Order: sequence, then structure tokens, then C-alpha cells
Amino acid sequence: MTPSPQHPSRPQAAPVAHQWRATDLDAAAARRAERQVAGLFATSALLIVISVLVYGFVDWNTSIGLPVVGDVNAINFFMGLSFGLGVLCIGLGAIHWAKQLMSDIEVVEDRHDFPSEPQDRDQLAETFAAGVAESRFVSSGIMRRSLLGAMALFPIPLVVLLRDLGPSPSNGALTHTIWTAGTRLVTDVTYLPIKGDEVPIGGLINAVPETLRAIEEREGSLNARAKAVIVVVRIDERNIVAQQGGSASAPWDYKGVLAYSKVCTHVGCPISLYEQRTHHLLCPCHQSTFDLADAGKVVFGPAARNMPQLPITTDAEGYLIARSDFQVPVGPSFWERT
Amino acid sequence: MTPTTPLGRTAVALDQRFGGAKFMKKTFNKVFPDHWSFMLGEIALYSFIVLLLSGVYLTLWFKPSMTEVVYNGSYMPLHGVKMSEAYASTLNISFDVRGGLLMRQIHHWAALFFVASISVHMLRVFFTGAFRKPRELQWIIGLVLLVLAVIEGFAGYSLPDDLLSGTGLRISQALMQASPVFGSWMAFFVFGGEFPGLDFIPRLYMVHVLLIPLIFLGLIGAHVGMVAYQKHTQYPGPGRTNRNVVGFPLLPVYIAKAGGFFFAVFGVIILLGGLVTINPVWLFGPYVPDQVSAGSQPDWYMGFLDGAVRMMPNWELHLWDHTLSLNIMIPGMILPVVMLAVVGAYPWLEAWATRRTGEHHLLDRPRNVPTRTALGAAFLSFYLVLFIESGNDLIAAAFHLSINQITIAFRVMIFLVPVFVFWLTKRIALSLQRRDVDRLLHGNESGRLLRLPHGEFIEVHAPLNERDLARLSANPGLAPIEAPAATDDAGHPTPGLRVKRLQARVSHFFYGDRIVPPSVEEIEAAQAQLQSGHEPHGELTQH
Ligand code: FES
Repeated sequence: MTPSPQHPSRPQAAPVAHQWRATDLDAAAARRAERQVAGLFATSALLIVISVLVYGFVDWNTSIGLPVVGDVNAINFFMGLSFGLGVLCIGLGAIHWAKQLMSDIEVVEDRHDFPSEPQDRDQLAETFAAGVAESRFVSSGIMRRSLLGAMALFPIPLVVLLRDLGPSPSNGALTHTIWTAGTRLVTDVTYLPIKGDEVPIGGLINAVPETLRAIEEREGSLNARAKAVIVVVRIDERNIVAQQGGSASAPWDYKGVLAYSKVCTHVGCPISLYEQRTHHLLCPCHQSTFDLADAGKVVFGPAARNMPQLPITTDAEGYLIARSDFQVPVGPSFWERT
Repeated sequence: MTPTTPLGRTAVALDQRFGGAKFMKKTFNKVFPDHWSFMLGEIALYSFIVLLLSGVYLTLWFKPSMTEVVYNGSYMPLHGVKMSEAYASTLNISFDVRGGLLMRQIHHWAALFFVASISVHMLRVFFTGAFRKPRELQWIIGLVLLVLAVIEGFAGYSLPDDLLSGTGLRISQALMQASPVFGSWMAFFVFGGEFPGLDFIPRLYMVHVLLIPLIFLGLIGAHVGMVAYQKHTQYPGPGRTNRNVVGFPLLPVYIAKAGGFFFAVFGVIILLGGLVTINPVWLFGPYVPDQVSAGSQPDWYMGFLDGAVRMMPNWELHLWDHTLSLNIMIPGMILPVVMLAVVGAYPWLEAWATRRTGEHHLLDRPRNVPTRTALGAAFLSFYLVLFIESGNDLIAAAFHLSINQITIAFRVMIFLVPVFVFWLTKRIALSLQRRDVDRLLHGNESGRLLRLPHGEFIEVHAPLNERDLARLSANPGLAPIEAPAATDDAGHPTPGLRVKRLQARVSHFFYGDRIVPPSVEEIEAAQAQLQSGHEPHGELTQH
């Protein structure tokens, strides 16, 4: 044993004796391996041709039923199978070739030192210093400083040009929704107004402002919807512990019918699960839980703020309408939020 | 010699213009060591190539637009439904472009392979110490590639604008918006105003198909180029030293093996794309901000962040008319940045606490550097606790537990589990080392019993073979750095004493618990004795 150069105190073993393979010793075994490799390549070619035939001849709307996986598209399945196996066979053939028929005797290559020779480094430093001196970059402060100043300024227009990536967030978008005093609450999807007295105790109604449809048509985006969606529930008035506002003369509910934002105050998932026994609203994203009978308070989870309540009442025909917009911003937090 | 073949003539023509015959000769003779764990990085490279190929196909049909259209393609359940063009064109690729679904699924599977293989490759590099000098930069490039791969994967997952990915986008937008000072500006600039707006998908598309792939190409090129230039590391074994590379030459063995492996990886990804449905966006429906699919889960590599967000207590500060959302910032921003910083800085931290500063081309067996291995395992367990927490609702449903209790339990486990895993891993590594020493000094148990003349039974121990001998004796047996005295012999205070003491303390944390490996002489003597059939009596030393 010779000491290893990395750890002079560690022994370095001599190379082990080489184990010859059957293909090294026996010409017949080698020929067999050759045939196996060629067989794999031929199989591959066949499979690739099949995959093209599948593309051309299988009706692309057929689906086939498979155990476990269920219904799958026929082209997808058969092409994936034949093309995939075909490509795999090329790989297996090449690897088999390398392992069986190419030399398996390991060779040794020496490593070279990465660090340069000291005199080369010195020469580099000299060359660099000479170049810098000749440029007068160091000696002429006025040129250097003005160059650095100009260089520091030149990217600014490139940054300024990004200004129109978006509007300023202080345009009220974060603090207002399209709810206004008198806007009717309509059911989502069907856009039907909701009779205050007909809201059953227990159930949850997904609602939007009646103005939403026209605004969406005009803006062509989902922005208004993303903030204005609400849930309407009716809770037995005796069970309501607190609300976020309202007075005896102008309550925020209508006979126990309450409207809350549907947008989680955590990171904005729409909330969908309502447990009528506990009056809890549960967010499917990170399980924040809000108590709708108690001013939308957070009872569990990572959300920090109550679910904002929309003040509502009824109009002359008895349909639910908003008394105003939300009194606090809906949805996730932001720095400017007071 | 004048070439006679077309190939030879082309080579000469090229050489007349660029030179490089010597360089090519060297390249063909370049040696690559062989080990299964070296293929992990190859999988990453090959799945990247598959991503480029399949991605180009998808761009031919995908329309990155949020303009609302009414779907009238051949997927009946969504007929007449309003949706973005992005989602409609994804449906089109899945149902009306022949083989389009196959390409989509190949692309998605390749993306999962890409992120997974980079992760596992980095674990291999970490646990074997391949990140040490002179390869620290490779470690950093790898880390950047991992982060980009996750971002790129998330971007690709978001582009179809289905209900599942839209929910993910909403969460990332809120994360952005909740950052202090510039948060809402950032969110408004990225989304062109309020969420969801009309600008985001086209912008994301540019990032997904141009910006990040270009960075990928540059970094992967640098990464692979540096592997070739610095030569590959190797595991300790017979004839392998820190000064050589033992393995197979590029031409022909390595070209055949690596080339074959590329086709094997490609083939497996195609098979998965054909046979295993992934991300069936048509089942989720188009994104609408007021709907969510219950139990929605992100792609696996985002899981740990989701878990961190779920686990976080709901702290939010209201200061001087401003809101600081610690409940979002800590898990969503500070935690990943700290995790990345720790991983990125690790090579320098370990080098600082280690006496040897030379080049390292011989890999460590994980047991031989117990503290590093234990730190890696602790980090992994930390990651896994976060990951499992991201399925807290599934766990609750499966085991009929309350989500609240699970979450509270995870809040405790996130601190306790890594500490326990650290301790346990270190103990295991040290006892494995002890067993190695035992085999070096006493040989292998042969299972053969011998009865001595006075009636006692002993088991015959056999000498180790060359391979084991080389492997087991490769323990560098690193010892901690000791703190210098406060003053030197002449009574002058030692410069930088505070830092040196800290260094010694960190070094003791790394190498304080150790098994001193036997010396060359001890091993040689023991093995020689085993050869001659006598039982040696070396002693096991521990500090
Ligand atoms: S978005 Fe509702 S809990 Fe996170």
C-alpha cells in the first residue's frame, strides 16, 4: 500500500484485479450480445413506425377503457406506448452495447493543478496595472468620476420606461369594490335578486352585485368580480353575538340575514365551506375559520383579520340591497392598509 | 496523412479553420468516473432537453391570452362556457390537436423529473461533499438552477389558466401584495393592475418560454462546462486518489452510456406522458376568482411553502397606519430566503470550520463527516415536516383528526423533529464509522467457527478485499481546530482572537465528536496478520 496523496496518513490500495466478462472471453457470447443490441435497435425502429401508423389510422376521438386508469384517449395511449418504448429501446441498446462490448477496463487520467504559476500571476498583475496606468483611469479623477456618474445614470431611463407596467395602487382599487348604496344583491350565475324574507336559515347563497354583469362586459376582465363576491347567510337573530357595525335604526343585517365578503383575508382564496351549526366559514386553502355569528372573527388559521361584512337592508320590494360599499378593504392585506 | 473518408476530410477542413485537433483528442480521451449517483445530474440535463423539445410543440398551439372566449371545441362538458383564450387553447391542445395531450403530458412529466432530479442531485452533492473547493461555484449554480426550475415549473403550471392554477396565482399575488412598503406596487406592476387583470398570462408566457429558458441555457452550459474542465469527482476506491480520475473515456464508452441514458430517460418520460394522466385541466374548469376546488394541492415542489403558510400563526402588525403581514411574510418570503441563504453559504461555512483548505476531488462517504450528514438530514426533515403540513386537510380527513390539532402539533414538530433527526443521524454515522474501524482492524466475520485446543470457540476473521480496504480506509478523520492562546509567547495579544475562538467553537461542533481512524501502519499490520491467519488485537480509539 502506498500513502494516498490526499491524506498522507491514509493508505491507498493497489487496483484490484480485473474481472473479465463473458463477452471478453467467449466469441459466441460476444456475438449474442451483438445480436441483442441489434435486436433492441430493430425493435425500436418497428415501434416508431407503429407509432406513426397509430397517428395516421386510429380515430383520434376514440377513447379506450383501461383498468385502474379509466378512460384514456386512444392516440395518446398507443402513441405514447409505442413511441416511448421505441425511444427507450434505443437507450437500452446503446447502454447494453457499452456495457457488454466496449472495454470495461477503467483508465486513469491525472488531474492538473488549477492555480497558475506564481510568476504568471505576477505578470498578470503587472499587465493589468500597466494597462490601468496607461488608461489614466486611476490617475485622472475627473474622467473616472464623470464616467462612473454617467454609467450610474444610464440605466435609469430603462427603469423609468417600466412605469406603465401597471397603474398606481393608490387609485382606490384596493380599498373599494363596485358595491354602492342601493345595489341589489343577486345570486351568482343566475343573477336573480334575493328576497330578504325568503333567505332560509342555514343555507349559504353566493351573491354578486347586480351591476357586475354590465361592468364585466365593459371591462372584459374578472377584476370587479374578484373583489365583490359575497356570501349571504341567515342566522337566527338570537344567535348573532356581534356584527361589524350598524345601529338599531340602521342595522347591517336584515332580520338575521348577513352578507360577508367571500374573499379570504389571508391570501385571497374564495371561501366556500359553511358549517351552519357553528356558523363557521372555512377557507379551503389554509383552513382559516371565520365565525359569521360573531362579526366574522377569525377563530383559527393563518388569517389575521375578520371577514369584512357588507351592510345590507331591503328595498321597497323587499329585495336585499347594499347599504354602502364595504367599510374596510376586502381580501388580503397590503402595506398601505390602515 | 491525407484523409480519405468524407468525415476525415470534413475534420481536416474544420481544423484548417479553427485548429483544435489536440483539444478534440483530449476531449475524446477524457475520463468520467462511473457511479449510479452521478446519473442524477444527467437526468436533470436530459429532462431539460425534453422540456425544450416538447415546449416548442406546445407554443405552436397555445395562445397566451386572457381575452374571454366561449368554448366550442370537442370537449363536451365545457361547451358554451366562457373562459380565457389560454384555457381554451389548452383544451384545444388536449382534445383537438392529435397527440397534443401526449405532448402536454410529456412536458409536465419532464418538468416534474427536472425539479426532482435537480433536488436529488443536490442532495447527493451535499452528502458526499462534492460542493467543496474547487466546486463551490457549481453548488451555487445548482442552487440557482433549482430555484429557477421551481419558478419555471410554477409558471408553466399557471399558464393554462385553469381553476387550480388560478388559485395558486391568486395566492402568489397576495404574497406579493403583502410585502412591506412596495408590496402593492409590485403586485400592480406584475399584474398590470388589480388581480387578475388581462396582462399577467402574456407576461408570464414570455418569462416561461424565453427569459428563464435563456438563463437555463447559460447556467446549464456553464455547469456542464465546469464539470468537464474541473473533471468529475470520484468515490474512494482502489487506485483512486485525489490527484487522478479513474473511469471510462468519453469515446466510446461514456458517449454510448450517456447517449443511451438520454434515450432511456426520454423514453420513460414519453411512456409516462402516454400512460399516466397528469394535470387534467379540463376537469378543473376555467379560472374564476370566486370559485375554488376543495382540497386543491399545488405541484409537489411548492408544497413546503404551502405547508409553511398553513402552519404560521396569524400574526399581523398594524403600525402607524400601515399593515405588516407577518403571517404571510415569514412563511412566504423570509423562510425560503433564509433556507436558500443557508444552503448557499454552507460550503464556505464548512470550509471555515475545517483545517484543510486544498482541493477535494475524492468524495466523502456520508458517515465519515457525521455533522454534515446530520445537518443535511435535519434540513431534509425540516422540509418534510413543512411538506406534510401542506396536506393537513387530507391527513385530517384520512385519520378523522381535527385540522386545528394537527396544525398545532406541526408547529411544535417543526422545531423538535430536525433536532432529533440531527442527533440520531450523527449517532448512526458514528457507529457506522466504528464498524468500519472494526473491519479494518479485525477483518470481516467469515461465519466460520473454529474450536481452539482449550475448547473455546472463535469466529475466523477474513482479510478485507482491495475494494473494501480502499473504501473503508478513506476516512479523512477530520479533527477540530483548536482556539489559539490569548497571547503569543512574547505576550502580544493574538490578532483576531474573537473570530478565531468562534471558528474553533464551530469547528468543534463539526468535528468534536469523532472516531479516530487507524493509521496506515495499524491497518497494514492488522491485514497482514489476518492474511497469516492470526487474530489481531487493534484498539478502537475514541475522543
Ligand atoms: S387564503 Fe384563506 S386561509 Fe389562506
